[in-house]
Amino acid sequence: MYHYNDFDEAFVRERVAQFRGQVERRIDGSLTEDEFKPLRLMNGLYLQLHAYMLRVAIPYGTLNSRQMRQLAMIADRWDKGYGHFTTRQNIQYNWPELKDVPDMLEALADVEMHAIQTSGNTIRNVTADHFAGAAADEIADPRPIAELIRQWSTDHPEFQFLPRKFKIAVTGSPNDRAVTKAHDIGLRMVRNDAGEPGFEVVVGGGLGRTPMIGQVIREFVPQSDLLPYLEAIVNVYNLLGRRDNKYKARIKITVAENGMDTIREKVEAQFERLKSDFGGFDQELLARIEHSFVAPDFRTAGLEKFNSARASNPAFRAWTDTNLSEHRHDEHAIVTVSIKAHGATPGDATSEQMRVLADLAERLGYDEIRISHEQNVILPHVHKSDLPEVYATLRDHGLATANVGLISDIIACPGMDYCALATARSIPIAQEIATRFDELKLEHEIGQLKIKISGCINACGHHHVGHIGILGLDRAGVENYQITLGGDGTETAAIGERAGPGFSAEEIVPAIERLIDAYLAHREGPEEAFLQTYRRLGMAPFKAALYPEKEQSRAA
Amino acid sequence: MSRRPYTPKVVAANDLLKGDAVWLTANDSWTRNMCEAELIEDEAIAEDRLIFAIGQGNIVVGAYLVDARPGENGPEPTHFREAFRTRGPSNYPHGKQVES
Ligand code: SF4
Repeated sequence: MYHYNDFDEAFVRERVAQFRGQVERRIDGSLTEDEFKPLRLMNGLYLQLHAYMLRVAIPYGTLNSRQMRQLAMIADRWDKGYGHFTTRQNIQYNWPELKDVPDMLEALADVEMHAIQTSGNTIRNVTADHFAGAAADEIADPRPIAELIRQWSTDHPEFQFLPRKFKIAVTGSPNDRAVTKAHDIGLRMVRNDAGEPGFEVVVGGGLGRTPMIGQVIREFVPQSDLLPYLEAIVNVYNLLGRRDNKYKARIKITVAENGMDTIREKVEAQFERLKSDFGGFDQELLARIEHSFVAPDFRTAGLEKFNSARASNPAFRAWTDTNLSEHRHDEHAIVTVSIKAHGATPGDATSEQMRVLADLAERLGYDEIRISHEQNVILPHVHKSDLPEVYATLRDHGLATANVGLISDIIACPGMDYCALATARSIPIAQEIATRFDELKLEHEIGQLKIKISGCINACGHHHVGHIGILGLDRAGVENYQITLGGDGTETAAIGERAGPGFSAEEIVPAIERLIDAYLAHREGPEEAFLQTYRRLGMAPFKAALYPEKEQSRAA
Repeated sequence: MSRRPYTPKVVAANDLLKGDAVWLTANDSWTRNMCEAELIEDEAIAEDRLIFAIGQGNIVVGAYLVDARPGENGPEPTHFREAFRTRGPSNYPHGKQVES
């Protein structure tokens, strides 16, 4: 785990002190809202439909137990006893009062956390594979690089007023769990023919109004060149990116309008100029950072307990079938703790649940916790013999839902229950879908399926890369839900295709049910997942299921 | 040719300190209950009241005009977004639905 050095510590404390003064001046009337708003946004404080909202960064999704307990404390003391984990590995508090926010930031600083650059046209929280440092398929832990990028991008004087926000994601595995191709910059760790570590650099991905899959700008950037190369990209974007139209300001549009070849040429030229400026300091820093991420000493204890619990307890077995992933150490497992109990709000954890997870991580998980962009909590290193105990504890606190990767493991943004930009609600739709398929007891039969829901075109709920995507819109003063099919957020990334006219809030769950019936009827067998069936058959059978009236009228 | 009738309005904003939804009353105060807000039926008056509200920047943030209709107990929202603002989120009993 990376620990703040004196510089980080002083910087974060100073920002808290500054913000405390700014809040005081806002409350006593010496600052207007026009003056205050950019200051509060720089510190992650938004104003939403019903209250302020504080967005706190969880860099590359990594927490230790002490930090998790502090997040719980903050939820209890200054909020309503829960927090919302987002698709960008942030946690959001939905109910802070203005006067309390400096204290909340102080409490975060106490555990080396902050809310800086969780808003504004800056480089946002750097996200990473939530299995980083644990996954069996990993080339190397991507978090040291993510931390290096965090340090480089935080308060970078040149990048405080970019044309638009800028998101970077990193993965150390060929299997992309960090949706890197839907980021402004996506980094995929690779090795060249000589076996040296480096990155495939992807630029210009993004969802929102104009969804695009990122394109490779350079197939291999040696690790030692990465920071100047990134700086070159952001330099070029800072100059070329459009400031006249906020809908055309993201780098994906800059790439589309100028062409990748032009961008690449400019980036390479700038990179040549910058390279020598870095003079190796970044590599010394990286070496220091790497020390903070050495893997724990994984213990060996045999697997008898695990195997006998699996044999004797079917509920435990079902949970291990869905919620475990392969760890690089064969006696360990990666546990994905679903915070998507059927009917619950995706991504919300109560303070009590946070404390339970902190305790488990501390006692049985080498003190490591991750937050996934899929809004679940990960215990990345658990010895398999401890899993029965972990499971029992989770179950006692409503955290043992065996649904990871299944139809009820839905991503949903806050939507119009909280978000001021929303055009419709997303949470209730997620709740209804999860509840319905739980009633039908079909979830496990349906198998791997990702439903993702956004409450507006900004696509925080990643609906474009959902196997089934749902976008909530306002159609003539009524909530309306548009379905896209065939999206994919992994290394085979694809933007979903719109199925047709939207559905009302009452119609959307039955529509999803028809879609699933069609899938079950058409699939070649249980081993063919929804996405594969869609890829094999295309839109037609699903469209027919979604719009049966049309089929009839055509037949007549 | 007659002009289209003006859709009545209320002035809405967020409270500076708490951040929750508030509405402007006829006596220049802010209420947490939309029924107590001033229903404005004339466009010129609505613009005036909005300018007044924007000038209240030390009490509220982000004042804007909202379509409303006269109800039994006072103004009611016509759009679902503004209706949610009078109640709070649908996933928990939080906000105005439990506070008033
Ligand atoms: S997708 Fe839209 S509604 Fe959902 S959180 Fe983002 S901005 Fe808000």
